[in-house]
Amino acid sequence: MKLTLKIWRQKDANSKGKMMDYAIDGIDGDMSFLEMMDVLNENLNNKGEEPVEFDHDCREGICGSCSLQINGEPHGPDRLVTTCQLHMRKFNDGDTITIEPFRAKAFPVIKDLIVDRTAFDRIQQAGGYISVNTSGNTQDANSIPIDKHDADDAFYSAACIGCGACVAACKNASAMLFTSAKISQYALLPQGQVEAVDRVQNMVRQMDLEGFGNCTNTGACEIECPKGISLENIARMNREYLSASVKG
Amino acid sequence: MSGLLTSSIARKVVMALSGIFLVFFLGQHFVINITSVIAPNTFNSWSHFMGYNPLVQYLLQPILIAGVVVHFAMGIALEIQNTRARTVKYAKYKGSANASWISRNMIITGLVVLAFLGLHMYDFWIHEMAYKYIEANPEDPTRYYEETVEKFEPLVRTVIYVASFGLLALHLLHGFASSFQTMGINNKYSPAIQTFTKIYAIGIPLGFAFIAIYHHLNPITH
Repeated sequence: MKLTLKIWRQKDANSKGKMMDYAIDGIDGDMSFLEMMDVLNENLNNKGEEPVEFDHDCREGICGSCSLQINGEPHGPDRLVTTCQLHMRKFNDGDTITIEPFRAKAFPVIKDLIVDRTAFDRIQQAGGYISVNTSGNTQDANSIPIDKHDADDAFYSAACIGCGACVAACKNASAMLFTSAKISQYALLPQGQVEAVDRVQNMVRQMDLEGFGNCTNTGACEIECPKGISLENIARMNREYLSASVKG
Repeated sequence: MSGLLTSSIARKVVMALSGIFLVFFLGQHFVINITSVIAPNTFNSWSHFMGYNPLVQYLLQPILIAGVVVHFAMGIALEIQNTRARTVKYAKYKGSANASWISRNMIITGLVVLAFLGLHMYDFWIHEMAYKYIEANPEDPTRYYEETVEKFEPLVRTVIYVASFGLLALHLLHGFASSFQTMGINNKYSPAIQTFTKIYAIGIPLGFAFIAIYHHLNPITH
């Protein structure tokens, strides 16, 4: 497979970036997108040029490290997969592929295709936790009865890997799907009730402080999320927030 | 409680509540207007009631104007904030791959509806205010039907009204159901809300367009 790659190159956070064209040949359809990027970087290395920097870690769709806006969509044209699970068979010989970093004011570019997603960490730190007494007499988790549907829904919310595709896909660069998933995974469980009021208020406050946009319910985040996190989470977050504002 | 007034969610809820209020006002407006086609005398008496009842004039009318102002002002403020959330645009952005055109362009359909409201206020409300308070004309409960039909004599105005109703339909198609999601309602009733939204969002503007076209085609001959 022979491809033309249009890639965002940016030396560092303070430099001005630009799109650059690269021709690449010998790409197999069974390669993952990141393996194709590896081939490109090997070629660049061999020519003595600076390789393209991009985030990756597990390459199994679990860690949430890989990102990339591919042909205008986060994680590319496939559904329910991260970039590392995207295969080159989704493209055709002779295609031109545009590769950009996730764009949001709250996700500043560090270098090339790598963006700073620590805004998500700060939202999580603002309230995405529960207090557990670990003094030696910890209660057996299985002794707390939890409705099967609530347990399932909490699990689906907790499946969010925090990759940032929701922000990248949203026309408003909103982080409400991520924030709502992280709130929901606790809101549905008895362990999450102790800090429920503070959690939703603090996490939403932090989300706003980071400079993300507002959700306008286009649903793009849900479609592009590699873990299929549902918009129901945003509705739940809004309910939790309104309820917490009245209580607290 | 302070966060409730300034947070992103609060702003969205204000948009949703003012939007739902306007949606129901639209339904009430349509019920009155359709009588101009099927029962002109009823149209005259209802219009007169709306124009002279103190409760409508001094309480409901200011609430309605406030609802319109809040909805549009908040919509524009949110749009500015959303634009600022992505300072560097994508070289390639495939919005159509994951969201409808309607949901991505509420600001466009909204601004067209706002422009239409300006024309509509000029056509009817300003005329009414001048008639009552500047010219100080006496009450005439029989004038409304003729005045309304006359407005639709020019083809240009009828076309502008019908086109605006089309864009209003697009705005409602996303906005109405979306309001419920914003207020935290996403449950087993959501499919029914979606269905009602489609019927209402297409039906009401279609009805308004029918009234405009009907009066254009059936002018009053003296």
